[in-house]
Formats: sequence, structure tokens, C-alpha cells
Amino acid sequence: MTGSAPEFQQRASLRQLAGLTWRESRSARRRLLLYMSAISLGVAALVAIDSFAANVTRSIREQSRALLGGDISFTSRRPFSPEQQALLDSVKQQYNAEFSRIVTFPSMALIQRSGGTRLVQVRAVSPNYPLYGIITTEPADRLVALQTGPNVLVDPSLLVSLSARVGDTLSLGLARFVIAGVLKDVPGSPGVAEIIGPRVMIPERYLPETQLLVFGSTAEYDMLARIPSGADPQKIVISLRPQLERTQLRAVSATRSEENTTEAIQELSEFIGIVGLVALLLGGVGVASGVRAFVSRKIDTVAILRCLGASSGQVLAMYVAQAAAMGLIGAVAGAALGVLVQFGLPSVFGDFLPVDVKVTLEPRAIITGILVGGWIALIFSLRPLLALRNVSPLQTLRRDADSEILRMRWNDIPRVLVNVALVASVVAITVFRSSEVQQGLWISAATLGVLGILTLSAMFLSWVARRTLRQRWPYVVRQGVANLYRPANQTQSVILSLGFGAFLITTLYLVQSNLLNRFEISAAGSDANLVFFDIQDDQLPGVDSLVRSRGRVLQTAPVVTMRIAAINDRRSEDIITEERLRRAADSLVRARGGAAADSVEKAADARRRGGAGQPSGRPSWALRREYRSTYRDTVTSGEKVVEGKWFGASALNSNSDTGEVSLDSDVAGELNVKIGDIITWNVQGVEIPTRLTSLREVTWARFEPNFFAVFSPSSMRNAPKQHVILASVEGNPVVSALQRDIVLRYPNVSSVDLSLIRETIERIVTKVSTAVRFMALFSLAMGIPVLFSAVAATRRDRIREGVLLKTLGASRGQIMRILLAEYALLGLLGSLTGMVLAIGGGWALTHFVFEAEFTPALVPAFLIAGAMLALTIAIGLLAGRDVFRETPMSALREA
Amino acid sequence: MLIAREVTREYRSGDHQIAVLKGVSFEIPQGGFVAIVGPSGSGKTTLLGLLAGLDTPTHGKVILDGHDLTAMNENQRAKLRGEKVGFVFQSFQLIPTLTARENVQVPLELQGVEGAAARADELLQRVGLGERGHHFPMQLSGGEQQRVAIARAFANAPRILFADEPTGNLDANTGVRVFDLLESLNREQGSTIVLVTHDGVLAQRAARTIRLADGAVVSDTEAAA
Repeated sequence: MTGSAPEFQQRASLRQLAGLTWRESRSARRRLLLYMSAISLGVAALVAIDSFAANVTRSIREQSRALLGGDISFTSRRPFSPEQQALLDSVKQQYNAEFSRIVTFPSMALIQRSGGTRLVQVRAVSPNYPLYGIITTEPADRLVALQTGPNVLVDPSLLVSLSARVGDTLSLGLARFVIAGVLKDVPGSPGVAEIIGPRVMIPERYLPETQLLVFGSTAEYDMLARIPSGADPQKIVISLRPQLERTQLRAVSATRSEENTTEAIQELSEFIGIVGLVALLLGGVGVASGVRAFVSRKIDTVAILRCLGASSGQVLAMYVAQAAAMGLIGAVAGAALGVLVQFGLPSVFGDFLPVDVKVTLEPRAIITGILVGGWIALIFSLRPLLALRNVSPLQTLRRDADSEILRMRWNDIPRVLVNVALVASVVAITVFRSSEVQQGLWISAATLGVLGILTLSAMFLSWVARRTLRQRWPYVVRQGVANLYRPANQTQSVILSLGFGAFLITTLYLVQSNLLNRFEISAAGSDANLVFFDIQDDQLPGVDSLVRSRGRVLQTAPVVTMRIAAINDRRSEDIITEERLRRAADSLVRARGGAAADSVEKAADARRRGGAGQPSGRPSWALRREYRSTYRDTVTSGEKVVEGKWFGASALNSNSDTGEVSLDSDVAGELNVKIGDIITWNVQGVEIPTRLTSLREVTWARFEPNFFAVFSPSSMRNAPKQHVILASVEGNPVVSALQRDIVLRYPNVSSVDLSLIRETIERIVTKVSTAVRFMALFSLAMGIPVLFSAVAATRRDRIREGVLLKTLGASRGQIMRILLAEYALLGLLGSLTGMVLAIGGGWALTHFVFEAEFTPALVPAFLIAGAMLALTIAIGLLAGRDVFRETPMSALREA
Repeated sequence: MLIAREVTREYRSGDHQIAVLKGVSFEIPQGGFVAIVGPSGSGKTTLLGLLAGLDTPTHGKVILDGHDLTAMNENQRAKLRGEKVGFVFQSFQLIPTLTARENVQVPLELQGVEGAAARADELLQRVGLGERGHHFPMQLSGGEQQRVAIARAFANAPRILFADEPTGNLDANTGVRVFDLLESLNREQGSTIVLVTHDGVLAQRAARTIRLADGAVVSDTEAAA
């Protein structure tokens, strides 16, 4: 019977193996859990952001009709024309709709008692407003009282800024109102809008008395409809599309508006989610090095188990089960933390959101987070765990070095499979989380690329260390440098985790600072602090001289409102229709489930949001919008002609039929027009053809009146217009007095104190950067356990060796210096590589995703690198401290 | 029955082969008690590893209880070890995270034997550690640890027991007592014992002594009864 394998009988039952696994994990549980905690923060981020996004989406869905104010909102920039009114009447008849009206416009409010003035958003509402949702007031139920006389309800911030109180008299234009109460909660109003202009709600019937709405005033006329029958509002909007377009009436359904809002939230949460995901992958790297440390501690036990008859599969199963269980616990802990964070998020983001977010547990987000985290932990542990298969029972008799025992062939099939599964998991999870497959692929490629480059630079460091080491160097330096390439070195694991951490944090920081740069107001070169607008032709001299008596007029610009009537003799309606047909045909070809009409809408929406659209084809938004344009003969300091020529003498002097126009280059791109094209404008009923002669790049962030379209003066001189005055007035009391005097004399003229807007923007920017800094800090916090795990992987070797050196007479200082040399080099290379990669990553993100200019903020980048270096050295020296804790005997016996 | 036939074990060192064992052959009948002795570096431990199926010879065959170890893969050998082989090591090799009782249970559980805990208690009782089952290895003295290891070695009633310097880490008195225990358990169970040692006194207690030097058998003597 020699030469044949024994007949196998029943082996250990699953229960027995599980029992053994559980008992064997006894001392390792805590350590393993520590390594697994590297993924907890990543899971927390994912669960928090996903849950919060789901909360917001649900809240928006529940409140969508209240948000919009109706099932459908019809909007016009002018009082409803007879055709528009006819269309609305037909809707009313056909669907038995109920309408509620709102007119919204900016105006100056004056408190009679205190004399304070402030730009406000006036909302003149009909008695049946709101159709949906509840408006709460203080004192309660004042909405009913509002309609009983000349009353107003105001935002609390107005009372504060004008030192007014309920019962005071408030003037709007020529009308006087009594402040009946304060608006506490109005559906569909993010807090930020309120800061820019507090709301003042008045009864519709007193609107004429104010005499504020004169020709060309900026106002929005909304007709909110309630559709009592079960008809789908979005279908109604689609069916009305042709008439709406003909009458230039905009319509939005609650479903559509909900989708738009939700999409913005989804995009934001996707970005944060990607950061969380990359943090989770960093955690995975940490898990891998932690488990590597764990594995080398288990060599002896595995050798004994193998001696006693355990198969390599059984051994592997035992430790995979331990790692999986601990990974799951780490993920669950992370999910719990994420839920805690989720409950805190509304107080951070509440001001930016249009709804009151109801925080509820989101099982889907929690389960997904746990599964993704658990899987990442498992797949990253599998790599080092596979090495345990190679542990020979012979190790019980004659122990080799850990690194010898755990060495795996590169073409070991399970190892290759695990590597493939690892890459596939990273790609799959990233793609699953990204809205677009391509984006997900890019992100995973970038992540893997960064890991690859870091691995290469670790190999490079080992190589350089080996090549440059010189015998004449002091012993401690030599020993430290030699540690970088000797067997069982930690160069790769430390460089990988450190570099990846530095990369993540620096990229976040750079992207943030570059994005926020855009909002930074280039105050230099402009000391404007006051803008007056809606100035009528005949009021201009009066306002101008009043302003000059208190300060300086920096710029006066006429404003003409207009629409595009035709481009190169093709009517804009035709272009829009053609475009729509082309898109409809396109989407029919690709249609899934016959949602062609919807696809048209979505394509148009994507375009409106400025998504990277196809350059060909004219987006209807740029064609349909109302342009507020100006005319002048010079280029301002905030703009630059990038193509064509600024108006020549001929354009300025001649009175030819065709004037000249200069467009903002982005708008020209969206309109798909080029220099020399003829654009015909509908200026309040009169069609004026112009030739496009130049394209400008405009710095929109500057506090100056900027325009998409600027005309040669001759072409628009006779058009109906209003004026804007940009002024510089010093001293808060002077500013307030001037605003008050202008309101008293010219009630329809509004003014904005730019310092208020600056403050508001700064406040928002601060909030956003706090949020981003929080994320960066969070990644840093994440980096620490990861770095600890990386160092832990070789900690035992370090200690054993340190104790041996100590036994041989090395002083504490010498051992510390050896460790310092090693960790300083590791830290330097790791953080610098991470930084360089981050500058590349930051550039790519800013350039391709956010389409903004990138300037590397080198000082903060170096500071982050320095912090990472210090952290590495600190962790390294902590390991050194343990050398002195251990007695020589205990460490040597362990060996 | 344990048979070694022309067993050679070579290691590669740099670019030349070093033969640690050079064609070792012998047969050990069931129930025998054989000591393998020799100076340090003579190949004793290597031979033990090969006989127990922890390693495979470069040339030659090892046949353990009818099974050709050299024809089996590592997992098959592991299975065979679990069923038929017991080990006692110089450094005890208890699993530090398991209690004494759990250490004894391991071979039984790996075999899927029911009632492993009771059997482990019985064995601990037998080696005089009935009260210490819940202690971890680090809470036990060297002699106690080795007694746990002996209990574990006999847990699966092995056909053959390999002992590598079992008293090497113990003081002389403890060593003698531990060895007495090993011998008496062996008599009860009728196992074969292969003992590797360089302790001459210990070797004299074996019925047969195989002496190795420089990787080859230099003498194979039966003790006078």
C-alpha cells in the first residue's frame, strides 16, 4: 500500500474549526481590530455622506411641491402678456387648476422710525398663497393677518439690521406698511439667500401703491398652479412646451425642480463620497501592512498547527475568518461613527440647503458602507494572509527569518488571483460610486497609478540607499540607511501609506484653495463699495449728483434688456426647435423605455447647468435667456479682448444699420457663434442686427457691473434703458445716509452695500473651506492608524534588533539616532513623493473636473509634507521607546 | 513500521549543493524505541523532519505506517500527521494563545473527533496537570509546558511519536521525570518512539541507538536487554 495517499476520513467539522479559530484569535483580536480600524474612518465618511444625501433627497421629495409652491410654476420676467394669460387660462380650464400669484423683485426698504434702509426681496403674494406647505410666523398665524390691510411679514434679519420691531412702519417705494410679524419658516428658502436680501412679504393688492415696478424693472412674475386631478405635472409641462416657447413663458414642474435640486446634492455628495472612498482605500493599504505584521506573529502557531495535521487550506481559512470578522467589526464601528456624523451634518450644511432635512437612519447607506468596508478590509488582508499557506511545519524544528518564510513567488496563482480581485474591486467600487463609468475608471486608474508610483519610489529609495552607503559614515547613520534595504525592510509599506496619505491630504487642500481662489474678490484696484441700480433715464443726473456729493462715482453703465431674435438670419425659435428635434431623434435612437421626451428635458437641463456639453449645436438656454447688456466705447480693467477687435472708430462714429457687439467668450461658445456672425437682438420689441466683432474674457468675480454682451454706443443709444452706478463712499454712516436719501427721493432705485455682500461671500467661503479642511483633517486622522500599521509590520524585528544592539552595548541615544536616520529618510521621500503627486492630481482635478486655473500653493503643501515627516519620525521613535521597555531576555527568547 | 530508504537531503547554498544527509537507510518496527544521536550538525534534526513528513528528501523514500511520504503532497502529509504522528519538541511549541486544555484539544479537533475537551482533560489528568487546564502556556513552568506538549502528542493515539531533544530546555531532574512520563505513556499506547538527542544518558534508555555523523549512519546498535 506504499506510495498511495491515505484514505481520508471525516475532517474537522466547521463548528470545530470555528471554535479553534475563535479561541486562537484570543490575544490577536485587539491587535487585529486596531489594524482594521484603519478602514473605520473611511466607512464612516461613506455612511455619513450617503445617509445625509439620502436624507436630503427624501426631504426634497417630500417637500418638493412646497418648495416650488405648486405643482407647476409659470414664470415670466415681465407682467403676463395677453397671450401668456390666455395660455394660463386654458391650463386653468383644462386641468381645473388653481392659481396663486407671486411677484418677486428687489427694492429698498426704509424703516420710518429708525431711518435704516436695506435692499430687500419683495414678494407680493395673492391671498391664497401658499398652495402647498406651511409658512410659520412669529407671532403665530400672521399670514392670515397679512392680507387684511397694508401689512408686511419680514425676515428676522431685517429687523436686526435696521433695528426695527414688529409694529414699526416700513416703506417700500411710495407705499407704507405695518410690520405684522416675522417669517419663521418659509418652504424653499435656503438661509444664504436671506442674508443677501431679506424677504419682505406684502399683499398683492398693495403692489401698485408702491409704484416700484416701472418699465424695465427687474422682477419675476410667478403663477403657481395646483393641479387637483391625478395628472402628472411634468407631462403637462411637456405638452405645453410649444405654446410656452411661443409666449416666452417658463414653466417648471415640482418633479423636475426636485430632480434638479437633488442632482446638485448628488453631485456634491459624490465628490465627498469619492474622497471618503479614497480614504477607505488608504485604510485598505493600512490594513494590508497591519495584517502583514499580524501574519509574521502567527508563523510559529501556524507551523505547530501544520505539524499537528492542519492543512494549508484550514490554516488559511482560520485566519481569513479572523481577519474578516475583525474587518466587519471595524466597518460596523465606522458605520456607527458615520451615523453619528450624519446627525451632525444638517447643522453644518443646513444653510446651503433649501429644505429642512429630516435625519433618519438610512439602512441602505449603512449596509452598503459596511459591505464595502468589510470587503476592502478582507481583500486587502488576503494578500498578506496568503503567505501563511507557505509556512512549513519544519519551522517548528528550525526557524528561518520571517521574510524568508513569508516570501511568495510573483506568479503564485492564488496571489495573482487576489491581486486581480483587488484591482477589480477597487475599480468596481469606484465606478459604482461615480455617476459616470469613465470618471470612475479615471479615479481608480489615478489611485492605482499613485500606488504604483509610490511603490516604484520605495524601490528607488532602497536602491539608492544600497548604492550610496559608505563605510566612512558614522555607524548610526550607516545602520539607519542600511535598514532601508536589508531583508524585512519596511521601506515599501511606510512609503506607500505615508505617500498615499500625504497625496490625499495635499490634493484635497490644493483643490480647495484653488476653487476658493475663484471666489476671492479682487478688491485690489477697485474700491467700489456701493452699487445703485434700476435708475431710470430721467433720474440719472439727480442720483449721480447726490452720489458725487458724498463720494466718488467710479462707473456709470446703461443697461438694456433684450433677447436674441436671430443668428445669421435664422430665427432663434427655429434654431431651438431644430435642436430639440435633433436631440429627440438622438435620444429616440438611444431611448430606453420610451422616455424620449424626458431625455430632451434632461439634455437641456444638463446644458443649462453648464455641464461639459458637446460643442456643436446651440443650447437653448443661451438662446432663450434675457440679456442685460450695456454699450460703451472702452474696455474695462476687468475684461480682456481675446479674439477679434474692439469697436473701431467706424463703429463708434458711424450710424450704419448694423452695429457691433462684443460677447463674453463662454457665451459665444455656447451660442456657437464666431467673429463676423450677425446676431439680431429683440430689444423690447425692436429688432436690432449687430455684427459680432470681438470676444472678451471677463473676470466675473470682480465687484463691478459685468456684461455678457457689450454694444457699440451707436447701436443702442436710443434703446429704452436703465442705469447702474458704481460708487465709492467712505464711512458706514455716510453710506447709510446716502442710501436713505436716495430711497426717499428715488424710491425705485435700489442700492447694495457691497461690503455686506463681501461679508456674506466670505462667510460662505469660510464655511466651505471649513468643511474641506475638516475633510483634510479627517484624512490626516485616517493616516495615523495607517502609518502605525505600516510601522507595526516590522516593529517586532526592530525591537528584537534594538534589544540585541542594547545587549551588545548600544546606548539609548545611538539606537534613537539609528531609528531617526531611517524614519527621517522614509518620511522625507514618502511625503515629498506624495506632495509631487498631489500637485499633479490637484492640477488634473482643477483643470479637468472643475475647469479652473491651478496654481500650486507650495507653502501649505510643504507644511503638510513637513507635518507628515514629523509624524513619521514620531511614530518611528515611539517604536524605539519600546526597545527600552523590553528586557533583553524576553525579546531574545521570543526570537 | 517506519522505513527510511537511501534518504538524502541536499540544500542549495549559493551555487553549490550541500548534502546534509547522505543515503540514510533503516527500518524501525512498530512499538520500537529508537534514539538518534550525534554531534551538532550531524543531520539529526533534518532526519527527524524527513521521517515525520515535515520535509521531503532530495532522494530516497520514507515510508510511515505503509504510506510513502515522498509520494504525497504537503496537505496529504498533514492529514497523515494528524492521524498517526505525535510530536514533542525541545521548545515545547505550545500555541501561546490557547490554554493548556485547548492546546491538547487541537489535534483532536483537526481530526473532527467529538468530545475533544473531555479527552483533553483525561490526558492532562494523566500527565498530572488536571487542575491546570485553564492556564495559558506562559503561566506554566518549563516542565509543565512539556507535560502539556506530551499530553497533546498522545491526544490522537499516534502510531509513532517523534521527540526532538524533549528535555533540552529542562533541568536534569525535571528532564528525567518528563522522560519517564513519555516512556510510560508509550508503553500504554504501544506507539513507536523516535527520539533525537545528544544527551547520552537519555539515549541509553532507548532499545536501539542510531548514531549519525556528517549526514551518514555510523552505527546502529541494539541495547542489551
